[in-house]
Amino acid sequence: MNDQVVLVQDGNLAGSSEDPGEVRTRRFFLAAAGAAGLLYTAALAYPIYRYLASPEEMALSATAVTEVTLKDAQKLPLGSVLMFKFGTAPAMLIHHADGRWIALSAVCTHLGCTVQYEPQADRIHCACHGGVYNAYTGANVSGPPPKPLKLFKVAVSDTSVEVSRA
Amino acid sequence: MSSKTITSSLYDWVDERLGLSELAAFARHKTVPVHAQSFWYYWGGISLFLFLVQCFTGVLLLVYYRPGAEAYESVRQITFVMHFGWLIRSAHAWAANLFIFSILVHMFSVYFMKAYRKPREFGWLSGMALLGIASVFGFSGYLLPMDELSYFATKVGLEIPAAIPFIGPAIANMLRGGPEVGEFTVQRFFALHVVVLPALFLPLLGFHLWLVQRHGNAAPPSIEALPAAGRKSTPFMPNFLRKDLAMWLISLNVLALLASVFPWTLGKQADSLVPAPAGIHPEWYFMSPFEMLKLLGNVLPGESGEIAGLLLFTLGIVLWIFIPFYDIDKPSGQRGRAAHYFGLIAVFALLATTVIGYWTIR
Repeated sequence: MNDQVVLVQDGNLAGSSEDPGEVRTRRFFLAAAGAAGLLYTAALAYPIYRYLASPEEMALSATAVTEVTLKDAQKLPLGSVLMFKFGTAPAMLIHHADGRWIALSAVCTHLGCTVQYEPQADRIHCACHGGVYNAYTGANVSGPPPKPLKLFKVAVSDTSVEVSRA
Repeated sequence: MSSKTITSSLYDWVDERLGLSELAAFARHKTVPVHAQSFWYYWGGISLFLFLVQCFTGVLLLVYYRPGAEAYESVRQITFVMHFGWLIRSAHAWAANLFIFSILVHMFSVYFMKAYRKPREFGWLSGMALLGIASVFGFSGYLLPMDELSYFATKVGLEIPAAIPFIGPAIANMLRGGPEVGEFTVQRFFALHVVVLPALFLPLLGFHLWLVQRHGNAAPPSIEALPAAGRKSTPFMPNFLRKDLAMWLISLNVLALLASVFPWTLGKQADSLVPAPAGIHPEWYFMSPFEMLKLLGNVLPGESGEIAGLLLFTLGIVLWIFIPFYDIDKPSGQRGRAAHYFGLIAVFALLATTVIGYWTIR
């Protein structure tokens, strides 16, 4: 029964005559529609990208940090370590048994695990893949790490320890 | 092999396994009736589009939202710290309001076209269930920012289940997660809003859409009564689909305009020690039942009014839901006027109480 229902077609899709003017108009229409589509996509994608990238941008301003003041860190006992954040990345302040102060990045240069200071062996060890660093210079001593740990400058005062980019 | 034969042999490979050509043949034969009321056919599609927008913006909000004690702080962060967070949140909230509006339009158009009649009873019933879930979506989502308005809206809203005799208080406590609206409430409303309700809504929506494919669009009885030669229809592919997508584009533009020109606000953080702000009122889609209960309270004060109100509501909703079973197609050609008038009264009552509600805000 449905076959007898009159079908209304809008436009002349079937059997349209292909005169050159019509082809040009159609081409123009398709180009305009494509451009409008691109504009829409951009208008939607841009705010979404910025929204999702917000924490990244906030971190960027944090990594611009050049010095960190650690209040009361001058009280750190000999042979112990203080973990702190330099910008967004973990770092460590070591007060060696001989009284020397050393601050280094605590991010393993191999695959980014946080490293650990071992006072008995007086070395820095990464538990992830067994990398070992010198606890005074940050030099990579053994295991997979390709580069040394970055060393910071340390200034000790009566009230705090100031760590800054070397 | 030319690229054309590669494409066609790839199509054949997939087709043999998934039956794409059956779907394509089905789509080719699908038609939509053309008549004076055809405009109303777009509203189901508009509702679907607005639902998809909410899924999408909802996932984006989920990236930074933290339920529980930090709820307000995280929404403040989304609104004022994250780039374009205000826009995403505004789009989600505006899409929710437009969604409720468009499903109401869709429901009333189905009602007045009598599109719930045989064989489309399940379409109506699933639609009513979707409307019910949508209103719980709205109610639960409203609490999530945990500002003053959401706090009091939830407090007042939970008085409705609390008014059910005997078991009411237990239900309200279960929903609230304790005797007071607080961090436990926002945590469980969050679970409801992003896990439980979508898990119920999506399969039901799939069923609802499958039924539309199975039975096609219903034409009003006056059109159905015409001989086949007098009825017009248009192919779904591509004619109707093209118009459907044009409506989606219009909806997107309206939404973008509202969301950016009238950004959704964030009030002060909820505080149980701060009195309710003056002029506080329910969202527009809850205004009518709120006002009806208030009016009934004037006629029948106290508990009797509350119970009478709840009974009257329940009766009205039951009558509305079961309309396909008593407004049946009569062979004598009667038009089923009773249902028509019931519908008009319902529309009038909803509009009138909404207007009175807004009129009497102090």
